[in-house]
Amino acid sequence: MSKPFVFEKPMGMRDTLPVLYQVKQQVRTVMEQEIREWGYQFIQTPTLEYYDTVGEASAILDQQLFKLLDSEGKTLVLRPDMTAPIARVVSSSMKDVSYPIRLAYDSAVFRSQQREGGRPAEFEQVGVELIGDGTSSADAEVIALMVSTLSKTGLQEFKVAVGHIGFLNELFVEVLGNEDRAEELLRFLYEKNYVGYASHVKSLPLSSIDKKRLLDLLHLRGGEEVLKSAEDLTAVGGRKAISDLRELLNILALYGVQDKVVLDFTLFSHMSYYTGIVFEGYTNELGFPLCSGGRYDQLLGEFGRSAQAIGFGIRLDYLLEALSAKEPSAPRSCIIFSAENRKEAIAKSRELREQGRSVVVQDISGVGNVDEYSGRFQEVIYVIGKSGKGEAR
Amino acid sequence: MSSLLTVAMPKGRIFQEAVELLRQAGYPLPPEFEDSRKLIIEIEEAGMRFILAKPMDVPTYVEHGVADVGIAGKDVMLEEERDVYEVLDLKISDCYLAVAGLPEQKVHSVAPKIATKYPNVAAHYFREQGEQVEIIKLNGSIELAPLIGLADRIVDIVSTGRTLKENGLVELEKIREITSRIIVNPASYRMKAGVIDELVERLSKVVESKEEIR
Repeated sequence: MSKPFVFEKPMGMRDTLPVLYQVKQQVRTVMEQEIREWGYQFIQTPTLEYYDTVGEASAILDQQLFKLLDSEGKTLVLRPDMTAPIARVVSSSMKDVSYPIRLAYDSAVFRSQQREGGRPAEFEQVGVELIGDGTSSADAEVIALMVSTLSKTGLQEFKVAVGHIGFLNELFVEVLGNEDRAEELLRFLYEKNYVGYASHVKSLPLSSIDKKRLLDLLHLRGGEEVLKSAEDLTAVGGRKAISDLRELLNILALYGVQDKVVLDFTLFSHMSYYTGIVFEGYTNELGFPLCSGGRYDQLLGEFGRSAQAIGFGIRLDYLLEALSAKEPSAPRSCIIFSAENRKEAIAKSRELREQGRSVVVQDISGVGNVDEYSGRFQEVIYVIGKSGKGEAR
Repeated sequence: MSSLLTVAMPKGRIFQEAVELLRQAGYPLPPEFEDSRKLIIEIEEAGMRFILAKPMDVPTYVEHGVADVGIAGKDVMLEEERDVYEVLDLKISDCYLAVAGLPEQKVHSVAPKIATKYPNVAAHYFREQGEQVEIIKLNGSIELAPLIGLADRIVDIVSTGRTLKENGLVELEKIREITSRIIVNPASYRMKAGVIDELVERLSKVVESKEEIR
């Protein structure tokens, strides 16, 4: 391999230039405020974690982890998500805080990309975790907060698809008899391969009624009416999941966000991580889900403090893309001074900054091309010459 | 994004059959549709905008969401492994992926060379067979490789077997059957559920009725 050019960055890494930084900052502030208003407390965790703890527990596939070795030869990972580190914190530093715990984060996460090197391998996620509460109220709160956070950023058209892992597991075990066979079918859903799913179902030694139950599952997408169809598919298995979802919809209606939510029983985004409801958010402007989440009641147990938990994460880069980032509104002023007027220039800048303005103070002898330079500012104030009088242009 | 449903169509072999299927499903595609050299064709009456792409690229357009729906061969899906929903088997453009070679060709004993347009599929297949091979990626006229000594065998799609025969090659192993599929972008699948479900429903009726005739 040849040496990288001096301007090159590792694959998937991006710089954030001033304009984007400001836009990002504005969106981030809006989101953080909303989440804080719902009583969630922000925390930060280290960028590096042990592979054996956070790396293993994380929902992110092994091949997507960035791994490195520390000086003792232990394998480290760049944190691939924030849920596993938060589970670690809750089970250690916060182990004396009783459940439920409401935490939030806004952090960069790292996922190595195999395909098309330009895709971001580091991106910022804003999210929450509600730990130690297994009620439908908690499910609804997290979804409602996600919807509310997205709305506050100005995102107009989006939908949150909600599914239930418990329903799928129980239906498949009920029809197929054991978990191995259920897993085969789940893998087709995970791979989004409905053609493979249907032909696999048709090849199974099942009654035509059972086959129809499994095939009809693929159509369980839509509004509240889908719950009724789901009920028709199961004898006993999955009934609890259906009543959970019904209750969830009722509570979401109280939050006034039910029109943003669609049910989708085929949603199956991870082979083994999620345990209850799962959800993904989509918008018209974007081909990829911009946020996702779900209930993960096993994860905390891996850190030695079992608890039911649910959370969501919003990808800031996708959200900005969907918002088709506006120009930042904060204008900048520039005071260009000559050395003999330094005192006035500094006094003037203090005055303007107190009014909340963003002000650059620039010595004229430090600039090559004054015309070109002053063109970058919305307002330019010259404090030059003997008189020392400020002259605005 | 406009309210039209964007459909990525594969140029070439599958195109004609796919257009026929859409017509049978009741979508009013004008007669000159096939003859056009445009890459983007809007047909308001059908509520659709078609983009004409290289078959191997169809899943890419759909994964990125610039096309809501696409028609792609299973061979391409296996090779590209894109994150899209594969919702309906159209049962058109039947063919299969196979390993072929010269009839008397002795296979290189250490690591036989395999020429193919499908390096991922080929690598996966031979790994499953426990065979150690060297994959050579070519972009077309794969049959040339064993004739000229570039590779011991090839992995390619076979429909009639004529090209193989005319070049003196024989089919050695069948890998799997291939048909064309309707694929859907995950976001479009939710945001435009109504239109997409209707498209899939109408097409699946046509496919089923054809099956019964067979």
